[in-house]
Parts: sequence; C-alpha cells; structure tokens
Amino acid sequence: MKKTLYQFAKNLVDSAKDLAPIVLVIAFFQIVVLQQSIPNMDNIIIGTGFVLIGLTLFMHGLKLGLFPIGEVLAFSFVKKGSIVWLLVFSFALGFGATIAEPDLIVMANEAAKVAQFGGIITSDAELNQYAQTLRYTVAIAVGLSVVIGVIKILKGWAIQYLIIGGYLLVMVSTLLAPDFIIGIAYDAGGVTTGPITVPLLTALGVGLSSSIRARNPLIDGFGMIAIASLLPIVAIMIFGIVR
Amino acid sequence: MTSFAHHFVETFWAVVPIIAILFIFQVGILKQKIPHLKRIVVGFVLVWLGLTFLIIGLEKALFPLGKIMATQLTSSNLVSNPLDWYGYYWVYIFAGCIGFATTIAEPSLLAVAIKANQVSGGFIKVKALRITVAIGVAIGIALGSFRIVTGSPLHYFIIGGYILVLIQTYFSPKNIVALAYDAGGVTTSIVTVPIIAALGLGLSSAIDGRNPLTDGFGLIAFASLFPIMSVLAYVQIIHLSNHDKPNQ
Repeated sequence: MKKTLYQFAKNLVDSAKDLAPIVLVIAFFQIVVLQQSIPNMDNIIIGTGFVLIGLTLFMHGLKLGLFPIGEVLAFSFVKKGSIVWLLVFSFALGFGATIAEPDLIVMANEAAKVAQFGGIITSDAELNQYAQTLRYTVAIAVGLSVVIGVIKILKGWAIQYLIIGGYLLVMVSTLLAPDFIIGIAYDAGGVTTGPITVPLLTALGVGLSSSIRARNPLIDGFGMIAIASLLPIVAIMIFGIVR
Repeated sequence: MTSFAHHFVETFWAVVPIIAILFIFQVGILKQKIPHLKRIVVGFVLVWLGLTFLIIGLEKALFPLGKIMATQLTSSNLVSNPLDWYGYYWVYIFAGCIGFATTIAEPSLLAVAIKANQVSGGFIKVKALRITVAIGVAIGIALGSFRIVTGSPLHYFIIGGYILVLIQTYFSPKNIVALAYDAGGVTTSIVTVPIIAALGLGLSSAIDGRNPLTDGFGLIAFASLFPIMSVLAYVQIIHLSNHDKPNQ
C-alpha cells in the first residue's frame, strides 16, 4: 500500500513537471509581454486541475495494468515462433493502443469541429462520425505500420529505404488529396505516437530484435515509431480523397 | 454535466479495444491466465477515469488557453503592421519558447537520448541531444507559425523538409539514423499537442485572410519533422569533428 502511494505521488510529480513548462511560458508572456487579462480564468484553472489529476490517474493506471501485460504478451508472441500470430498481434497492438491515445481523441474532435465550421460536414450527428472515422483510419494505419516494422526487424531491412518509400507515398498522396485534409493528415503523424503507443511498440521492437541473433536491439529495435508517424499521414490523405 | 457523461462514454469505448485485444490474445491464443488480475483491472479502471478527466481538462483549459494566446499575441497593440510577416515577431518568439520548454522537459525524450548515448558509444551526449531536439522543435513551431501568418502552402515546407532529411540521411552514420527518425515522433507529448494545435487554429482564425480549415493545422507536423533534421545535423557535426582528429 505504501509502495502504491509512493508510486502515485511520483506520477503526480511527473504530471506536474509535464505541465510546468507550458504554465511557466504562458505566465511569463501574460505578465511581461501581453499584460492583458485571461477571459474565463476560473474555467481554465479548473481544467488545468483536471489535466493534472487525469494525467496522474492515466499514467498510474497504464503502469499498473496495460504496460506489464502488454510487454509480457509482446515477449510471449516473439517466443512463440509463429510469424502469422506475431503479425496479427502486432497489428492488433498498434490499432488498440492508438484508439486509446488521448491526443488523437482531442485532435479528432477538434478537426471535426473545424470541418463543421468550414462546411465540410453539416450536422451534429456527422460531427461524431467524422471524428470516429479519423481515429479508426489512423489506428488501422498504425496497426499496419507495426506489421511493417516487425517484418523490417525479421528481414533486417534498413530503415532509410522504408522512410524514403514512406516520404514518396506522402508526396504522391499530397498531390491528390483535397486542401482541407492536408494539414490534419500531416499532424496525424505526430499525434499517433503518444504515451500508450510508444512504450508498447518499443517493447515489441526491442524484444523482437534481442531474440534474433543477427539483430542488434539498440539499432534494429528503433524505427517503428518513425514508420508509425508516416503511414497515418497517407491514410488520412486517402480518407480525404475517398470522402 | 451531459458533456461529462458524454466523455465517460467516449473514453470507455476508447479503452475497450486495447483491453479486449490483450485479454483475447493472452487467454484465447496463448491460453495463459492473466497474472495479477486484480491489479490489472484496477489499472484499467484508472486509465479510463484518468483519460476522461484528461480529455475534459484538455478541452476546457489547454485548448482555450492556446487560442487565447493566439488572439492576444496578434492583437493590434502588439502587431504594429498586420500586413508584414515580421510584425508578428511575438508570435514566433512565443511559439519557439513553448516548443523549447515543453521538449526539454519531455521524459520520453530523455529515454531516447540515453539509448542514443549507448548506441554511439558515448559520442552522442545525453544533454546535448536533448537541447538539439528542443531547438529543432522550437525552430519548427516558430517556422510553422510563420507559415500560418503568411498563408503559404503547408506541403512546400513539409516536402522540402523531407528532401533535406533524405540528403542528411545519406551523409549520416547509419546506426544512428533510426534513432534520429524516432526522436521526431517522441517530442509531441499529451499536453504539448493540444496547446500547439490550439495555437495554430487560433492564429488562423485571428489573422485576416486565414482559414482554420486550410491554414490551422500543421504545427504538430513541423514539431515532429524539424527535430529529425536537427538531430541528424548534430550527429553529422560530431562525426566530422571526430574524423578531424588524426589520433582517434
């Protein structure tokens, strides 16, 4: 119990550290440069409190439940030796982790509001659906990225060729996609790699590359996140073209 | 209150897939029991509760705050000449500061930096790498705000950036390339993304002639692309300076 409380307190401090730079920079600009008042200050203070509590509970919960079982599973599937199951698991892990990413939820909701404001969607019912479709599109893309990342480690492919291929795909899809989707698509690449996805994918990548003798976990274990930042861009562009 | 309930439902369905996947694979396919079941269930409940508070907080505080900053930084008493891009210098300074401060404090970046130090056999210094990445993010977000102010097309910058990254990759030591690419992905954390995104959307609605739909997004893309360039540049520089020493 004492250990749990200590861990919880540590997570609270970590969350405060995450928020501190933003609060400090904004406070500095407010006091020194802008010297204006912030409207709805009480709402913002309460909301920041929510972020602090939410982030602490979230990180604490991840460490208690999701990370241990996720890491054990990643190692089990690596040891099992069945490539098909390893790939199925990799896709599912990337997909499931991305759906739960807080950044993606917030960004998709915001993108839907902007789309409604811009007249791309018209009704409130469509608003939720638009945000949902964005998230599922990104999640499928991250799932595929993890599969590609795993095959890369198995085959020993060099990351730079995959990145060049990814960049080319992004360039071609940019040419074809409608203007309103390009910004969201590029941003989706940075949003996907959040607090759930990164540790789980790193565990999978490092676990896999340390179990294969010809691979160096420090070199081959990385690159998965880079692939997972590129394919979602292409996927959102395709979503924009098809829509 | 209805929004509270709405968020609880939304986050419930956000965590269900990953829970279902882990349980199905553990019990159904590996045919193993779940170890420490009680602790794991508590963990998932905390993730659900935490995610709900987090999302409400982000939408109620950090998003509005980013938009307020954008509005105030573009107000007429700070911007002397709204038609010139350099009139908005406080916007660029703020964007750079937010980028640098949030990145230097980012814990997942520290983890990547420590690994980069090991891979390179100590050539890459942990602190120097963190500063390098933070500078990359700062320049990226500042340039991204410049793009919004001027309304120039996003894909010119991003594709130009890609080409630069590819050229840098060609000249970089191969064992560090994957880490440099990953450094771009880990810089944008939970609290950074909403504030940066809101800054972009706020700027595009505050500045005349800009449209949130086409100009508002893209700052996060800048924040993930530019650290790749700065890390590759840093690696290149220390690589070259080591070659210059003949007795190494």
